[in-house]
Amino acid sequence: HELLLFEALREGLEEEMDRDPSVCVMGEDVGHYGGSYKVTKGLADKYGDLRVLDTPIAENAFTGMGIGAAMTGLRPIVEGMNMGFLLLAFNQISNNCGMLHYTSGGQFKIPIVIRGPGGVGRQLGAEHSQRLESYFQSIPGIQMVACSTPYNAKGLMKAAIRSENPVILFEHVLLYNLKERIPDEEYICNLEEAEMVRPGEHVTILTYSRMRYHVMQAAKTLVNKGYDPEVIDIRSLKPFDLHTIGNSVKKTHRVLIVEECMRTGGIGASLTAAITENFNDYLDAPIVCLSSQDVPTPYAGTLEEWTVVQPAQIVTAVEQLCQ
Amino acid sequence: STDPLTIETSVPFTPHLVDAPSRSVDTSPQELLTFFRDMAMMRRMEIAADSLYKAKLIRGFCHLYDGQEAVAIGMEAAITKKDSIITAYRDHCTYIGRGGTLLEMFSELMGRRDGCSKGKGGSMHFYKKENRFYGGHGIVGAQVPLGCGIAFAQKYNKEDTVTFAMYGDGAANQGQLFEALNISALWDLPVILVCENNHYGMGTAEWRAAKSPAYYKRGDYVPGLKVDGMDVLAVKQACRFAKEHVLKNGPMILEMDTYRYHGHSMSDPGSTYRTRDEISGVRQERDPIERVRKLILSHDLATEKELKDIEKELRKEVDDAIAKAKESPMPDPSDLFTNVYVKGLGTESFGADRKEVRTVLP
Repeated sequence: HELLLFEALREGLEEEMDRDPSVCVMGEDVGHYGGSYKVTKGLADKYGDLRVLDTPIAENAFTGMGIGAAMTGLRPIVEGMNMGFLLLAFNQISNNCGMLHYTSGGQFKIPIVIRGPGGVGRQLGAEHSQRLESYFQSIPGIQMVACSTPYNAKGLMKAAIRSENPVILFEHVLLYNLKERIPDEEYICNLEEAEMVRPGEHVTILTYSRMRYHVMQAAKTLVNKGYDPEVIDIRSLKPFDLHTIGNSVKKTHRVLIVEECMRTGGIGASLTAAITENFNDYLDAPIVCLSSQDVPTPYAGTLEEWTVVQPAQIVTAVEQLCQ
Repeated sequence: STDPLTIETSVPFTPHLVDAPSRSVDTSPQELLTFFRDMAMMRRMEIAADSLYKAKLIRGFCHLYDGQEAVAIGMEAAITKKDSIITAYRDHCTYIGRGGTLLEMFSELMGRRDGCSKGKGGSMHFYKKENRFYGGHGIVGAQVPLGCGIAFAQKYNKEDTVTFAMYGDGAANQGQLFEALNISALWDLPVILVCENNHYGMGTAEWRAAKSPAYYKRGDYVPGLKVDGMDVLAVKQACRFAKEHVLKNGPMILEMDTYRYHGHSMSDPGSTYRTRDEISGVRQERDPIERVRKLILSHDLATEKELKDIEKELRKEVDDAIAKAKESPMPDPSDLFTNVYVKGLGTESFGADRKEVRTVLP
């Protein structure tokens, strides 16, 4: 059947709530309002106020409460209405969510999902355009995945809910209305696996979330110019699927990273380090990393466009890399 | 004798938006003797931890509970192990109250493998899952939302149990406390916020950090009760009352007026921001163990010598546990990577030696 990405997330959520009574949803306006991006639409009617909980605007407390509930074995899904708001819950996510399994010597598991929209949208301004994966990536004990298609959105949502580890699921404000045909039968995705988007021989392009579409746009131009790029949606932002990535590097010997994350201390920077450390012998050229500029995301449309990587820049980068 | 006793609390309860429970507390000779033994053991244990710290066998942070024993003991006397407790970093005695063992405690303090958290947690991270002790937390105040979440799960699972979320007077000024209390009140959660007011947040006196140090009233719309936290029977009475109240009506605050004899942590001599007279005054007038000792003696439940013998026994029990804990091995290097994730995911992809590629794919 065919559906939009937000509907795919919702379908995954609903299937898991049907399957497991310990799954509940909490966040701002997830209930009666239906979720600011409609991911939880209709769930409050179906499951009631105890399983779909509207919270006050108090991210620090309700994220902490979700973690506390998870310590007892519940599987809460905490929605950050916008990723930027989760900074108010950073202490809970880092000090408690990420570390409790370890500091308790394995006594407690935290099977929580923290999810929400991030990324540069359409002129949403600095606070509402953030890519918090760079902040969260160094928290030990947390898994991070980014969805990019209705298919993987549903599969990753279901896998995240079933995981015994805390998972942060990154969605993108501009991808909620993507349409795709997905299988009618049940499926889940692997949280630790990258997705081969386009196999190729000349260069490995690693990307995730919305930048996948900028890369695919660039890939069309590149193919017309005679290049054969391999495009991988890394999907798992922590830990990296170094198996898939490594095999690709062994084949193409060239790596271009395209991300929406910040240039300094972002996912691309970590990926560059991991590839250099592990696969340096296979590289014929230095890794090129195209990231967002290190600026607060500006409001003005033109400035905003210059903040994130554009397809033309990707084409140029591949041409230079393959010289 | 085994006849039940009724004993008056030392001072009245001060209520907020609720009728105070009776000052007459039912107890028994057996219970008083158990209180004495358990509190004396905690006292001995904390003094021993102090010595181990000075001998450099315990390192890092170490926050001692001596002086506050009546809170941990009185609370346990009112509830069962199906109820939950979560506390901050001054957690040794709360852990023991929940059924933790001396061996696991001292092993953890010395960073050994047999510690309750396998040596990975340390003084601030004691837990006992099977008895619903949720830690042991290092960030002031951040355990309170967790506690409210545990209470949410109790309501979700339709249990008739409650959660005691403990914090100090310092943490009482944290915003997240008020956030979590608001949500708990909205959702009628069975949570009791227990403010252990020992009157100093590290070295800052309560009145220098709180415009209103009447912590039992700071829930505004949430009922509260101020309790003499040095009187184990008062604590028991208040906790029993609170449990019943929150199961019917949603959250409540208990302020336990207590005192810590030690400094905040081992680096604090505890004498720069308060006078030695203040400390010795509390010891003489309000000590929780001495109070019970006097009750036992005045009711002829045991002789002075019998109580001294109990204390001697406890000293040996603690010393034996320490000797055994010292024999526990240090963690193995391989333990470094376990318990980061539930499966060993990712941790080895960079390799311990940072050379090996070992991506763990299920």
